[in-house]
Amino acid sequence: MKKVGVLSLQGDFAAHGAALERAGAVPVYVRERSQLGEIDGLILPGGESTTMLKLLRYENLFDDLAEFGRRKPMFGTCAGAILMARDVTNPAQESLGLMDIVVERNAYGRQVDSRVVDLDPAPEFEKRTAPGKLEAVFIRAPIIRRAGDGIHVLAEYAGDPVLIEQGRHLVTTFHPELTKDARVHCLFLEKL
Amino acid sequence: MFQFSSEQFRLKVGLAEMLKGGVIMDVTNAEQAKIAEDAGASAVMALERVPSDIRKEGGVARMANIEIMEAIMKTVHIPVMAKARIGHFMEARVLEALGVDFIDESEVLTPADEEHHIDKSDFKVPFVCGARNLGEALRRIGEGAAMIRTKGEAGSGNIVEAVRHMRTIIREMKQLTVLGKEELAREAKNLQAPLELVEWVARHGTLPVPNFSAGGIATPADAALVMQLGAEAVFVGSGIFKSSDPANRANAIVMAAKNYNNPEKLLEASRSLGTAMPGLEISKIPEGELLQTRGW
Repeated sequence: MKKVGVLSLQGDFAAHGAALERAGAVPVYVRERSQLGEIDGLILPGGESTTMLKLLRYENLFDDLAEFGRRKPMFGTCAGAILMARDVTNPAQESLGLMDIVVERNAYGRQVDSRVVDLDPAPEFEKRTAPGKLEAVFIRAPIIRRAGDGIHVLAEYAGDPVLIEQGRHLVTTFHPELTKDARVHCLFLEKL
Repeated sequence: MFQFSSEQFRLKVGLAEMLKGGVIMDVTNAEQAKIAEDAGASAVMALERVPSDIRKEGGVARMANIEIMEAIMKTVHIPVMAKARIGHFMEARVLEALGVDFIDESEVLTPADEEHHIDKSDFKVPFVCGARNLGEALRRIGEGAAMIRTKGEAGSGNIVEAVRHMRTIIREMKQLTVLGKEELAREAKNLQAPLELVEWVARHGTLPVPNFSAGGIATPADAALVMQLGAEAVFVGSGIFKSSDPANRANAIVMAAKNYNNPEKLLEASRSLGTAMPGLEISKIPEGELLQTRGW
């Protein structure tokens, strides 16, 4: 069976672990560099991207993650999406540059602007997983302000891409791990 | 009926989930907030005076000054929390209107109501509340709190009360998991907590909201200790900005919260930190000056 890592430095890594189990996979909570060798794909969870960056640097994991992403599938949600972007604004910060997107942090506003919405995903998403609306939980979420030609959009909210893929990688600006719907995690498992 | 599945409650608990594994730091101005963010804090708590100063100076401790909170919110990009007095739902409304990301209905401030806590379910902004035991935690969750933290003894620099409170909450949860239905009804009565929350804890063995620790954390090892006991993240109050080298200590406690299982890395984080904040022996604090006995 394929092993899926969840980067467990800070954030809602436990919620991703539970979501992976619902999707039929066994999570590996990745805290050290040595664990990257054991896994077939890696989830970067939600949390605070500045805290995660600090810990990535402290643990000498930053370059290893960028290198891992050049070989294996990665899936970033919210803070994870910010870490995987090519460029980050509000404010500018370091990122892994694995997805050809420009991401603005906290672009909807503060916590009182957080929201749960039902999205109509692209027909292709439904074909590759299962039909039905997609419940999206946005918490102090970023917005993808620019997406390169190689980016494939699988769902939008208010005109902005919120579920996208590029080659082996997957990104959401919302939190599929906080819903019962396991389809986005299943889609990621298909990429392994 | 408690609305676990309501959209509002899920959004509130969702933000609390994002803070897991991190360190939330008390700050009294924008400059400190920036130091905290740069050190890797996952959120900051804006307040007028840190608990050890409130303890020293006395007087009524209230919600922080608006201009200072605004300056903090403008300076950092991580979530900003702020404290409201126990029962002071209008301070909480002002903080909600200001747009803070989380409100701490806190025993560190002077209580505004000695009988009632805020009805937190009625707010859009999430709340965290302190607790010394499971009954207190479940009463706060019943009122709508989206996160629980141990009360510990704020401003003491002494971890003993936070340890007592975390151990008590974890033990009382474990005990519920082995009881039958009729026994749970009796326990709900003993705990003075809503039966459906008692039943939820008995089924899951955890709280229905994240369980953090606060009140006396002064060193990286203190943070690791409460994480070992079951805390999912830590609050550090006076411990950072009352130490001799705040930036370094803040950074070290962030590293400790992630590496609480790894003594070699904890050793690394504990090096060259200068002096910790001065500590107080709990038995030397006059009973009337204990902060943890505020609220019920």
